[in-house]
Amino acid sequence: MLGYIYAILFYAATAILVIGLASKIWIYARTPAPLKIPTTPAPKTRSGVVLRMFREVVFFESLYKSNKWIWLFGWMFHMGMWLVLIRHLRYFTQPVWGWVELAQPFGIYAAFAMLIGLGGLWARRVLVERIKYITNPSDHLMLALLMGIVLSGMMMRFVTRTDIVSVKVYMLGLMRFDVGYMPADPVLMLHLFLVATLMIVFPVSKLLHAPGVFFSPSRNQVDNPREKRHIAPWAAKLES
Amino acid sequence: MAPKDSDDIPRMHHPLEIPKLKCGAMEDSAPYPASPAHQASVGFPEELLPDWKERALAKMKDLAEKNRAFKVYLDACVKCGACTDKCHYFLGTGDPKNMPVARQDLLRSVYRRYFTFAGKYFPKLVGARDLTEEVLDEWYSYYHQCSQCRRCSVFCPYGIDTAEISMAAREIMDVVGKGQKYCNEIIGKVHVVGNNLGLQEKALRATLEDLEEEIEEDTGVSVRLPLDEKGADILLITPSADFFAEPHIEGLIGYAKVFHEAGVSWTISSHASEAANFGLFIGSYENMRKVSLRIRKAAQDLGVKRIIFGECGHAWRVAYSFLNTLAGPWDFLDPKYPVPQHILEFTWDQIQRGNLKLDKSQNDHIRLTYHDSCNVARASGMGDQPGGQFEIPRNVIRAVCNHFYDMDRDTIRESTFCCGGGGGLLTDELMDLRTKGAAPRMTALQQVTEEHGVTHMAAICAICKTQFSKVMPKFGYDMESIVSVHQLVSNAIVLTGQGGAEDEDGEEDAA
Repeated sequence: MLGYIYAILFYAATAILVIGLASKIWIYARTPAPLKIPTTPAPKTRSGVVLRMFREVVFFESLYKSNKWIWLFGWMFHMGMWLVLIRHLRYFTQPVWGWVELAQPFGIYAAFAMLIGLGGLWARRVLVERIKYITNPSDHLMLALLMGIVLSGMMMRFVTRTDIVSVKVYMLGLMRFDVGYMPADPVLMLHLFLVATLMIVFPVSKLLHAPGVFFSPSRNQVDNPREKRHIAPWAAKLES
Repeated sequence: MAPKDSDDIPRMHHPLEIPKLKCGAMEDSAPYPASPAHQASVGFPEELLPDWKERALAKMKDLAEKNRAFKVYLDACVKCGACTDKCHYFLGTGDPKNMPVARQDLLRSVYRRYFTFAGKYFPKLVGARDLTEEVLDEWYSYYHQCSQCRRCSVFCPYGIDTAEISMAAREIMDVVGKGQKYCNEIIGKVHVVGNNLGLQEKALRATLEDLEEEIEEDTGVSVRLPLDEKGADILLITPSADFFAEPHIEGLIGYAKVFHEAGVSWTISSHASEAANFGLFIGSYENMRKVSLRIRKAAQDLGVKRIIFGECGHAWRVAYSFLNTLAGPWDFLDPKYPVPQHILEFTWDQIQRGNLKLDKSQNDHIRLTYHDSCNVARASGMGDQPGGQFEIPRNVIRAVCNHFYDMDRDTIRESTFCCGGGGGLLTDELMDLRTKGAAPRMTALQQVTEEHGVTHMAAICAICKTQFSKVMPKFGYDMESIVSVHQLVSNAIVLTGQGGAEDEDGEEDAA
């Protein structure tokens, strides 16, 4: 029974995440940028832009320039999250890929980086007057959601130990549309429920910053307006 | 004479000092509304329409479909707070709605309410709100407290540019009939007369002739400032302030001397006697395009080969970044030169070729710093390298001036502070805002005055120059302390035939 409830939850969450995100990306890609507005100095070539974007999404370059505390907490959280996600691939693959095995020890402790990062960001929302001012209830809820996921995950890893072998069998089954037995461990149930919630809210929340950054004209445009004429289709129509 | 609102000038210990929040401190600041005639002159409704709300929302939807920046920026913000201490108006006023993210949220909250799932069904949760007349008034106040300088966009991890949001907000207000007098009146003048000041061809011709006489009196050399000369190689497009106001006019004299020494033929156009394009400030692509097309027509009518822009910040943004889009392609001009060029690109090239004879000691009475204008620094470029917009002006300054000192690194180049008067806010009724917004820049200037005895500040933007000549006296400087870069060039340049033979001999002996 539990297996079926969570199966439905995960299929629905996955569908919402994939379709929602794809449609947002489609809208961003389809919407024209009528003018060249890179924040300059900006790269003069396409490969330069790729490098700029790489520095932005891997090192959070602009954030680093802006505020070292936000950068530190934000970067810790995101990099920790990537390691944890990579580590979690082991529950969806059989046999486990070599490079996932390699990341395993780092992935375990990366949870602490996520925890510290989230804690720091949350503290700033409460303690720094300016950031408190711009915070909406949804910003606290998002932090609570992420914190809940991290804490419940850490609980299973470091405190109560869930029946992880059964969980993996269940997950591998879900991927073949074969619903099996899911252990009725409350911490596991909470963890998976929160993850599914995160997947569902992704396309309708500020988590859209993830695809959004790649479509930001101030970051992804080449600074070559004098060399190459840039014109949006709707603007070209004004000329005829 | 003590300025009348001297007690209201923010005293900062450091240009980046973050103030305590003062909620509502600037809620009464608003520019004069456009009159029905001003609105009509730029193609907008004469007064607030009865169905303004529906039209505003329709325009918002339209913008989200036509402008990727608007759409992505409204969605992507995570409220991290990185931008909160980056706006000069926030630093100067402490009003939290002048924090870039809070300024964006004034519009984002409405966008969410009507166009997003979360805002439609959980408005309280995500800070979404209905569009009401109070909201519209709040927009009018605070979107006219943004100079569209893009400093926040440098520091945003997603590159969110509040200027894009503020331009969109102003466009929405314009199409429902709530326009701003200063910008719309000026754009109307450009459409009709050809420049922001409404300066007619006759007056312009007389002004240029006066300047020719003045240069001849000063130097003994006849330097021309041609108007509407067909077949000239270069069309100079320069802000109309260059024709009549100090220190702008000294810059124009500088351009004329440089052209003279370079031995090129050039002309000003009475049809396009204005570099400024306030269509940018009100976010109106159509108006910006119409203003830009004047330049295309002037270039075609006069049969020029190149276009060069004078010292103007936002005009250079429109010229460098948008002119090819709005009024191109420029295939009828000489392909050897970028279209358009900046006067500093031209002058620096002439200096490198050794075509200009410069006597730096003519500027020895000046200890100089340089203010990077926001639209040049963060929205355009110069030369063929990224960052040329920082290096080329400084190269020229160092070539004509012996005493040059940069201000705090966090207040120059891409991190430069706005002068406080950009983005269509250079109007008297906003003087309080302009003074407070200038405080971070003025504080950085005071630092180099203390450390290096700096007496003057150079800028390459007509708005910056006008703003500084108004606000610098409030911070203890003369209004003549703001100078054009080409004013310094003009001081240093030794025209061929100027000053007699002894000078040349002396030069040779020294060498």
